[in-house]
Amino acid sequence: MVENPLLRLDLRHKSLAQAILRRLQVDVRACYQCGRCTAGCPVAYAMDAGPHQILRGIQLELHDWVLSRNTYWICASCVTCTTRCPCEVDVARVMDGLRELALQEGIRPSEQTVKVFHQVFLEWVRLTGRMYEAGLVGLYNLRSREFLASADLVLPMLTHNKVPLLPRRYPAQAEVERIFERARALEEKR
Amino acid sequence: MTRYGYYPGCSLEGTAREYDVSTRIACQELGIELVELEGWSCCGASSAHATRYWLSLALPARNLRLAQEQGFSALVAPCAMCYARLRHTQHALRDPAVREQVNSLLDRPLQDAEVKVHSLVDLFSEEERLNLLRSKVQRDLSGLRLACYYGCLLVRPPEVLEPDDPEYPTMLDRIVEAAGATVVDWPLKTECCGGSLSLSRTDIALELTRRLLEDALCRGANGIVTACPMCHANLDMRQQQINRRYGTQLDLPILYFTQLVGLATGHAPKELLLHHHLVEPWSLLAQAGIPA
Repeated sequence: MVENPLLRLDLRHKSLAQAILRRLQVDVRACYQCGRCTAGCPVAYAMDAGPHQILRGIQLELHDWVLSRNTYWICASCVTCTTRCPCEVDVARVMDGLRELALQEGIRPSEQTVKVFHQVFLEWVRLTGRMYEAGLVGLYNLRSREFLASADLVLPMLTHNKVPLLPRRYPAQAEVERIFERARALEEKR
Repeated sequence: MTRYGYYPGCSLEGTAREYDVSTRIACQELGIELVELEGWSCCGASSAHATRYWLSLALPARNLRLAQEQGFSALVAPCAMCYARLRHTQHALRDPAVREQVNSLLDRPLQDAEVKVHSLVDLFSEEERLNLLRSKVQRDLSGLRLACYYGCLLVRPPEVLEPDDPEYPTMLDRIVEAAGATVVDWPLKTECCGGSLSLSRTDIALELTRRLLEDALCRGANGIVTACPMCHANLDMRQQQINRRYGTQLDLPILYFTQLVGLATGHAPKELLLHHHLVEPWSLLAQAGIPA
């Protein structure tokens, strides 16, 4: 009997398509490559592969190729792709899933600044219970080594009363921190 | 007065304080009583759903539980991001397995009854409220030709957020019209401004924002109305940077729709914190005979 090589690929331990189906309940096999997601994507011009190419890459189990693209880091989460997909593939959810998978697998992000932004954002939430905008910008600049990013906005923001100068810790913070810890434990278990 | 739980969200305490202040004023005018949710915390916004799925459900779920515990049957979240995350969470929680998992992340589990989550745009665009607004208009705002900007988070995905139309919604247009301003027909009203990349890939945010602003100008708009703090921050605060980068001369005022409702019903611009915007709206307001 002739063995179907695609079947063997599908059964690989690190099957990307299976991981996405299991973790996100999104079946990328439904995609027939019409390209509508990429056509409507406002940030496709800055991607090294369009969303439909990423879906194809997942179908073909091109694990390393898919996760080394900048596509899912550039994705702005506008959800136009999901809204317009004729096969009802939740493309935006796939981008979220790839980001999470890449972080868990320790793959170096092609867009380091995007990763740093998300981490700093969540760190403020964990530390205070809410997001603190001035601290978000400050800590982001330090961590991303973009020390002068948005510096030209500091003075106008201060003169227009845009942000409080100091953060505070809210009563909700205690439970929020516990939620972060429990979520981390859950992520490690899955 | 109808009583609603009020979830302002983090932005409305900082860069979007004018949205908070004008929301309270506009709701007062339209018979909506807002009671701030006690002990609310951040919804996790784009950073949670972009990198940590379970966190992105548990953080909003905590606030939904607070609403239940404090006896609210309906919750208003004016921030489009908070609104979208709360609705996404409710949608996901309808799956019993997901619900059980999310409950295990909280100090106390959610109750069964679902709290109705409103965006404020949906409440204001109800026919009876539009009529109430029309009856309360005290200023002629027809000189304001406004493009209504919905962005992403009020409309997509439509299965979760249930807008009147995901590609060409008119909820906001109807509010602006009822306030007596002139609505500009604008095909880009739901195109993304790149808000989630505003700090991390500013170049992309500037490009997307420039497209929106220039197109709105081409359609004859002399201002833009929005319901999203991220969109507002991008469209308002980045205009000088866009001008430097692209050699444009953009100077287009960006207003929250609640500020427009406040203006229409006779409130002073300073009361609505219109002086908080980086692009100053005084010459726009002069078109409607409103002094600074």
